[in-house]
Amino acid sequence: MMTGIAQELARIVGDAYFSNQPEEAYFYARDPGLMPPHAPEYVVVPGCVEEIQEIARLANREKIPVVPMGAGLALTGLVIPLRGGIVIDMKRMNRILSVNEGGRHAVVEGGASQGLLRAYLDRRHPRLRHSIPDSPPTATIAANVMIHGQGRLTQQYGFNSDMISGLEVVVASGEICKIGSCALSPDWFSKGAPLPDLTGLFLGWFGATGIITKIGVKLYPKKKMRDVEIFITDREDLVAEMIYELTHTEMVEDINVFAQPKPMIFKDNHHITLFFTGDTDEEIEFKRKMIWHSLDRFIKSKDGGFMGVPPVMKPTLLDMPQRSVSRFADVKKGGGFEYSGPIIMVDKYPDCTRKILELAEKYGLGYSGMARIIGRSHAMMYGFAFTFNRADPDMMERTRKALHEVSAFALEAGGVFWKATVDEQKMAMARMYPATLDLMKMIKKNLDPNGIMNPGNWEVAEL
Amino acid sequence: MKYSDIVHRCFRCGYCKFTSDYTDFNCPSYRKFRFETYSPGGRMWLIRGWLNGDIKNSERFQEILFSCATCANCVEHCVFTFSDDLVNIFIAAREELIADGIVPPAVRDYLRNIHVNGNPYKEPAAGRGRWAEGSPVEAYTDQDYLFYVGCVGSYDERARKIALSVGTLLVKAGLSVGILGEKEGCDGNEVRALGESGLFELLARQNIELFRDHDVKKVITLDPHAFNAFKNDYPGLGGKFEVFHYTQVLAPLMEAGRIPLKACALKATYHDPCYLGRHNGEYRAPRSMLRAVPGLELVEMERSGENAFCCGGGGGNFFTDILGGGEESPARLRAREALDTGAEVIAVACPQCAKMLEDAVKSEELEDRIKVMDITEIVTGCLI
Amino acid sequence: MYSLECDVNVCQTCPTGDCLVKCQYLDMDRETAIAEMVKIGQGEDSFVLNDCVTCYACEEYCRRGNHPFYLITEKRQEKGLLTAPRAITKQWINIGEPQGKYRLGKIRERVLSFGFMPEFMGWVKGRLFEDVMPSFIFGQEFFCNVVYIHFADTAIIKKRLPRIVDNFRKLKVNEVIFLHDECYGAFAHLAPAYGIDVPFKSIHYYEYLYNRLRELKDLIRPLNVRAAYQRPCSSRLSSDQHHFVADIMELIGVDMVEREYQDENALCCGGIFGMCFGYDLAHDVQKRNIDDMAAHNAQYCIFNCPACQGTIGPQVAKRGIKPIHMIQLCRKAIGEM
Repeated sequence: MMTGIAQELARIVGDAYFSNQPEEAYFYARDPGLMPPHAPEYVVVPGCVEEIQEIARLANREKIPVVPMGAGLALTGLVIPLRGGIVIDMKRMNRILSVNEGGRHAVVEGGASQGLLRAYLDRRHPRLRHSIPDSPPTATIAANVMIHGQGRLTQQYGFNSDMISGLEVVVASGEICKIGSCALSPDWFSKGAPLPDLTGLFLGWFGATGIITKIGVKLYPKKKMRDVEIFITDREDLVAEMIYELTHTEMVEDINVFAQPKPMIFKDNHHITLFFTGDTDEEIEFKRKMIWHSLDRFIKSKDGGFMGVPPVMKPTLLDMPQRSVSRFADVKKGGGFEYSGPIIMVDKYPDCTRKILELAEKYGLGYSGMARIIGRSHAMMYGFAFTFNRADPDMMERTRKALHEVSAFALEAGGVFWKATVDEQKMAMARMYPATLDLMKMIKKNLDPNGIMNPGNWEVAEL
Repeated sequence: MKYSDIVHRCFRCGYCKFTSDYTDFNCPSYRKFRFETYSPGGRMWLIRGWLNGDIKNSERFQEILFSCATCANCVEHCVFTFSDDLVNIFIAAREELIADGIVPPAVRDYLRNIHVNGNPYKEPAAGRGRWAEGSPVEAYTDQDYLFYVGCVGSYDERARKIALSVGTLLVKAGLSVGILGEKEGCDGNEVRALGESGLFELLARQNIELFRDHDVKKVITLDPHAFNAFKNDYPGLGGKFEVFHYTQVLAPLMEAGRIPLKACALKATYHDPCYLGRHNGEYRAPRSMLRAVPGLELVEMERSGENAFCCGGGGGNFFTDILGGGEESPARLRAREALDTGAEVIAVACPQCAKMLEDAVKSEELEDRIKVMDITEIVTGCLI
Repeated sequence: MYSLECDVNVCQTCPTGDCLVKCQYLDMDRETAIAEMVKIGQGEDSFVLNDCVTCYACEEYCRRGNHPFYLITEKRQEKGLLTAPRAITKQWINIGEPQGKYRLGKIRERVLSFGFMPEFMGWVKGRLFEDVMPSFIFGQEFFCNVVYIHFADTAIIKKRLPRIVDNFRKLKVNEVIFLHDECYGAFAHLAPAYGIDVPFKSIHYYEYLYNRLRELKDLIRPLNVRAAYQRPCSSRLSSDQHHFVADIMELIGVDMVEREYQDENALCCGGIFGMCFGYDLAHDVQKRNIDDMAAHNAQYCIFNCPACQGTIGPQVAKRGIKPIHMIQLCRKAIGEM
């Protein structure tokens, strides 16, 4: 027999899309990372924004936590209901609502997945692409934007959250807010400018201030050809300079840097993987030439060189998203993978790379140091990635400890946590400028007076 | 439980839910139910939770496990090295539930009917070969091929027409075939897929002995499910015979022009059955048959080949219906997808797909816009 | 310890100085050539030590067996002169490190060596090889290690090659047919130059293919195509085997286009140049080479070395010339592909 809340929720979304069963509670209490489980009382899969509004009203009235969820692939526990309540699985709301080819933007529902948009554009708008991350294609666009994710176009245009053109958000009271040009225009061409940019009230808050139900995605030119080169070096202290030269060319699509002990082809070196595109052989070859020449002085001094990319490796690298990134999870035959990826200045690369080596040795872990350049070397995401065996509690605990040390190091090195775990959120808030923190407090208090929106996250008032 | 040492390796990344180009969710149960628990990753995590004692067997747990259509989309698209074992893992979990005796009534009933009647329709064995009465298909004595029909082809009203169509065309094409009729036994593919390994082994051994007694060297199956069992599971139990799906035998004859056909203006789309396509890699022969029909325009659905969307009949669901109907049922979604190609006909090579899709077309009220036909029914309609 | 057997007096009395006179990358006359080689032999500095691009050709050009390129490499190592960026050298050293992941077929006295090139696992099929398969070996444990002369590192060769030879010895094989040209060059040419004893007979796979094709001549249907041949750097170490190219082409009905960059004047694939020196040299060499193939209407480009094929195969294909490995071409000739 269902309680009143349960009945109400089942009425809102339909019996078929409501669950208070142990099976859903078990699954949705967890994510593939290291956070211990916290079970929801209810899981719902709504089909439209009106249902989400009703859920929010109900939750606000009854003071029940509400946790929106994409695919749970941030790995830092952001969709785990820390204080129980209702998990809203957004993925049924996955339609591509419109694509404006000339204005280069798309409007998609809050549960639309990365893969779906890519496939849609490939088929119907082959001259357009979006900044797709390397998380599995089930990751949702809205969630990736919500956590300020990064993707293939980040080196050119910034965080994926910089590449949006508007939002539709449901707030705790159940009202819909349109954010950006769509607030007063039928067109979704801007997320804020030239008016006050209100996306800051929602992005990066992990659902603690509102639930994204629609998102305008900026689209970019998609060229016919795409290629990859890898510049390798044994001088981690020169990586920042190399990237400075590469970003200066303005010819590169995406720059990833990685270092890992296996397989043997990667051992001992740092790999600057760079992608570039073109519509013609001439364009691609010209870019390749400019890119190669930009690093001439390092080649001359023997400090680095372009490796021959084995033919079998190219399709793996050019895949979008890269399946090999997900495969890292099974290196220890245990399906486990979590990383702390602070956003930090590029010149901190040598410090980061030394740190990950130190931690891997200290805790006996499999690792990969993976960085993505943001903007023209404005910053990078340095991912301290560890792979663990989910059936080995000791390995999981050592991984947790290693990641905790990463958090402390990142802060000291002047970095800022990306998709911060609850602990990292607290560390960030403890370090923050008091007046800035007060602003956050004010926003959270006003947008979520009853503390129902993904509670446990950004709990400024509880500091 | 078998594979209990690897269930923890699932990363719940969700590649298993998609096609290879991510156009759509392609796991039938996930697409219908929409809870992560009904996806392959969900099942892996729940099985682990159940083995660890964190969750118990319940009606929902059984629904989750038995709604899997064993379509192998997850096997095809999972990016990890254990992907080949995914469907086997779900079957292994079913085996444990069967051993405990706590399964959905529909599953229990299906298995009991097979055990008692030798078929899930509770029909007498004597009725098995009746579809062939009055047809050129004769009883098996020492012909080149045994034409193995299976339970669905023998007893289901729609499928019997397909059995007749296939059998007749095989004979017309000049092949030497015969049927076992009332002596035929259930191939057991669904029994195995539902986790009743003991009953499956019994059925298999009975069939192997029957074929041996009749000196059967080559078998043509009507149903891809039987094809799958004979090809992959019978050899390990002593089955020594060659097996073909009927499309694999007819395609070369049609390619060589040995079946004279007149022009037939028809726009058709082909629905890959999971047990012929993904499970056994046969995508070419059925298409080759269709392309050999003069005037036939073959169009592909968005999801075809390794990406075909399952009709939802596999994993026992054709009988148990645990995957269920409704607007979001796989079969109805597939019917709409077929319609989108502009085709007038959905060509099928499996009697279970045929019935699932035909019922779906009816539920969608599309009977005057698209028809479901077995490939041999199309070919027969164009014979000179 | 193994050391290079070469005599500076042989250079001093050389009538041609062909090693450096014929060099495709350095421009000098006979007097300069001899003077520089003598300097190098005597341990002095020479611009050649900086400017040589490691194409191996002088090993062929020297008719007096005095190993000019091995000498250049030895002296570079002694003087700490790098050719490649350190990271590239490190990468290649790591790739070649034995991992215990080798594969052995059914070993008999005669064995096919796949070296350490996984491409061969897919290519070696059919009647041409039924004489020797399934007797094969694959893995870093059988890797010839010669490639490190591109990276001015002979120390690693002297360290690893004897162990590799030992691995062969343990298999008790009499005859090894090398599918990778450089492996053949290693055991037939480099090892003797360093006084490393090789306890088996080395056969180049061209010789093997040629003999097999003759045995299977009833199966050959002449291909009647025009082809260019991509001669790898390593072929300079085994120039006595180079004639098999023309011999095989005659057997299988392939018309080798007469082009500028062939035989002694062949251009390498440039893969190493890119890694070591950057864009310009590699691009120039590749462009001239492929332009030359296209200008002579080659329909196919026949590769000997999988690394060459990986490097310029895609560029060749872009020009409408089909890249194909010698093994696949021979299989095609007997109707297997």
